[in-house]
Amino acid sequence: MSENRYIKDHAHEKSLFMSRIIISSLVGLFLIFVIIIRLVQLQIVEYDFFNQKAQGNRINLKATLPPRGSIFDRNGKILAENITAFQLEIIPEQVEDLDHSLERLLSLKLIDQSQIKAIKQRIKNSQKFKSIRLRSNLSDQEIAIFAANRATFSGIELQPRLVRNYPQREFASHVVGYVGSISKQDQSRLNRSLYDPNEKTGKTGTELFNEVTLHGEPGFYQFIANSRGRQIPINPTEIKSNILQNKPATAGSNIFLSIDLDLQILATQLLDNRRGSVVAIDPNNGEVLALVSSPSFNPNIFNNNLTSDTYDELQKNTDQPLFNRAVLGTYSPGSTIKPILGLAALQLGVVNLTHRHLCKGHYSLPGNTHRYRDWLSTGHGSVNLHNAISQSCDVFFYEISGQIGIDRMHNYLDQFGLGQKTNIELTGERVGLIPSTLWKKTMFSKNEDKTWFPGETVIASIGQGYMLATPLQLANATAALATRGKRFKPKLVSAIEDPLSKTKVKSEPLQLNDIKVDSVTYWEEIISAMHNVMQGSGTAKNVGSGAPYKMAGKSGTVQVVSVGQEEEYDQENLDERFQDHALFVAFAPLHNPQIAVAVIVENGNSGSRVAAPIAKRIMDQYLGF
Amino acid sequence: MFEFRSKGSGTFLMQLLKLDGPLLFLISLISLIGAFVLYSASNESLEVLSRQLLRILIAFVALIITSQLSIDFIRRLSPWGFFSGLLLLLLVLFSGDIGQGAQRWLNLGVRFQPSEVMKLAVPMMVAWYLYDKKIPPTGKQMLIIFILILMPSFLIAKQPDLGTSILVFTAGMLVVFLSGIHFRYIITLIFLALPSSLLLWKFMEGYQRQRVMTLLNPDSDPLGAGYNIIQSKIAIGSGGLFGKGWTNGSQVQLEFLPEKSTDFIFAVIGEEFGLLGLLSILLIYILIIARGLFIASQATDLYSRLLAGSISLTFFVYVFVNAAMVIGLTPIVGVPLPLISYGGTSMVTLMIGFGILMSINSNRKLLAT
Repeated sequence: MSENRYIKDHAHEKSLFMSRIIISSLVGLFLIFVIIIRLVQLQIVEYDFFNQKAQGNRINLKATLPPRGSIFDRNGKILAENITAFQLEIIPEQVEDLDHSLERLLSLKLIDQSQIKAIKQRIKNSQKFKSIRLRSNLSDQEIAIFAANRATFSGIELQPRLVRNYPQREFASHVVGYVGSISKQDQSRLNRSLYDPNEKTGKTGTELFNEVTLHGEPGFYQFIANSRGRQIPINPTEIKSNILQNKPATAGSNIFLSIDLDLQILATQLLDNRRGSVVAIDPNNGEVLALVSSPSFNPNIFNNNLTSDTYDELQKNTDQPLFNRAVLGTYSPGSTIKPILGLAALQLGVVNLTHRHLCKGHYSLPGNTHRYRDWLSTGHGSVNLHNAISQSCDVFFYEISGQIGIDRMHNYLDQFGLGQKTNIELTGERVGLIPSTLWKKTMFSKNEDKTWFPGETVIASIGQGYMLATPLQLANATAALATRGKRFKPKLVSAIEDPLSKTKVKSEPLQLNDIKVDSVTYWEEIISAMHNVMQGSGTAKNVGSGAPYKMAGKSGTVQVVSVGQEEEYDQENLDERFQDHALFVAFAPLHNPQIAVAVIVENGNSGSRVAAPIAKRIMDQYLGF
Repeated sequence: MFEFRSKGSGTFLMQLLKLDGPLLFLISLISLIGAFVLYSASNESLEVLSRQLLRILIAFVALIITSQLSIDFIRRLSPWGFFSGLLLLLLVLFSGDIGQGAQRWLNLGVRFQPSEVMKLAVPMMVAWYLYDKKIPPTGKQMLIIFILILMPSFLIAKQPDLGTSILVFTAGMLVVFLSGIHFRYIITLIFLALPSSLLLWKFMEGYQRQRVMTLLNPDSDPLGAGYNIIQSKIAIGSGGLFGKGWTNGSQVQLEFLPEKSTDFIFAVIGEEFGLLGLLSILLIYILIIARGLFIASQATDLYSRLLAGSISLTFFVYVFVNAAMVIGLTPIVGVPLPLISYGGTSMVTLMIGFGILMSINSNRKLLAT
């Protein structure tokens, strides 16, 4: 080719090349200069920023969870505690052959075939160096089986973990409550910065209401971690450990409830799984001594091993064992309000102590043929207020109901705390209902429904109709009768104890406005009638007779279905669920009262025969007889 | 000014082995420093260290063998090397082993990457072509050269190995630049680069595009594509002026820094030895390149000149591309830090390049005497 035949100009060739080398060197030096500028920017100018970033990278924070406070009864008996339970845990990276290990656990009956899939999923989703739960709450026998084979397993260990235990099982379940995993609803309620997602929180009862007190504050510790979050042991010569901070967790406080466990157990046993409730209060300070809802449940089943079947069973049970009747159940108070209405009648001058009415077994409003029946169809004859309370004469109260009027009835029942929350330390308490003309006007939308009818006053006078009260409200009202008008807010927590210093802070009783009447004799007249109920000629005279102390009470038998004008209440032929509720309120001793009780046995038929003996046994036990 | 004169009893041995003392000293120095850094970067793994030392040894043997060859022999070998390399690249395309998602490896008894061969074979081929031509080359000659350069670059990019492809292309283009092509061609090329970069974008694999996007905004996906560059900047920045000390870099030791033994070892030096450490390393690199350019300037024929210049400047490109990507100036392309990053093939290629430089140098001395 022609272009190959030329005479090379070596000098020109070399100078051309040299100029290119110089240009390259200058470009190269410029680029190096750019890199150096960038390095100065990163390592000198922005050093603090990147140093912080690097610190943030390697220092990890881990929460240390506070132990939950225990719950005791008034005598220091344990109601809720933390116990160590062993759980079987696996650290995947330390296991040589996962399938084989799981198979052997299966053959030792430590895990169940049905769990294997879930376990494998959990292992897959977790970091390899983190301990994963295989089984919780191992029995002693299972612990022994694993211990004997321990040496042949690598990466599988028994780990002690704190779990909540309720040693009193079903005897205090409604008042103590239980804990469970944090749900979405819980998250909105809780201060999330104080909780670990795997933690448990109070779901019902004291566990729920006093969550903040029981929970405590978590601490934290910092540790050096690699990019996958694995903790790296610190060699003090290599990394200055003073940059690592620790804050220990503050344990939750212990709570002493005013509950008397013995009384609580007795009440539960007396209700004997029937649907019902017992509430006992110390009238002198409002401390709740027993708060029982029956039937009950064992809160320990909520501890890990609860399957959805068990929960569904509890939910579907028509006796509603999870439902706390003592504060959530509302019942017509029936005749148990007669002492309060009697007091109102005296104070208002509607009756005096000698005032009598003739009871023929029924009552009709003037100009109306509708018969309001007395529970005793033959009638009580001529009765005064004393007889009307002790015999529970309905007609007497029908007669005076119009004179008192519904709004004044409301006023007196309201003073005794009925129709309003007692603000006890339990969540979800019901208000109950004491009707009034105003209430009816605001509650109903149709004009014809807004009017209060005289007949509604008549049935309100024996605690029926719209009127509703919780067992706690009834016990609370009875306590106010016992103290002759001195009232306290019912309360469950008697003291809070610091778990470390063991110093107790007592929770002081909260006294409410006294109920004032013009004469002490009004109180004594009503209480004497109530005394007569149990230890005289009254409806429950057999219950209190022969007791070594004086007591007062009032029965109530409340219709569940209304009985027609010409029908007879026929206990034998009524379905159990439609039989009357049995109510009884009582307090003792008569002077210097120590305990006020309300008892409700759903469909128990007779307040004086079914509920009264329960109230009496509770007072016996508490007063030491 | 970069002519270091070695004196004393060693001189004779060096001359006998046709080795260049200053270059050998600098290469040995940076290789040993590299091994030292690598030991820390590998979380003090003696296994990694000994494997790397073995590689350095093998690479030095390759250097010494290459330096014994006369430059005339190397020149005559150039087209053979180029075309067999091209053949191997085609072979890889059809029957190569797949490693890390790319088809780069060829198993001929030993597994090696033919693309690695092309880093030297392409500039050798271009220099061979221009050897007896008048420079600057004519337009027709340049067209032939472009075809020679683009064929292997395309095949390598298709593997896909964008980093090596760019380096091979650059090595060839540097020869063209050194051959004195007129600046109007260079300007035209730069203008052509704009639409062709768009073409390149189209040609890129998804992950390669991602890398470019990540460079533009690393914080857009801090735990995904941007993770490498963010952690690398944290490592370098937190090293400060003096560094955290050997084996004490938290980013390195706690494994926040990815690819710390290979592509991101520059960040390891930055974290553990600080700005001063990085400047020292850069200084040694500059001295190596300067010595290479000095040898090029002293070379007696066009082939030697162009090849020596290209090898030295390609070495600079390696250093720059790696450093620039680690400090977040350019996209992440898989280019190791020469003589320091962990890895075999590239170390041998580099040493053969230095062997060629030494051969060129000893050829000049031979003619001078």
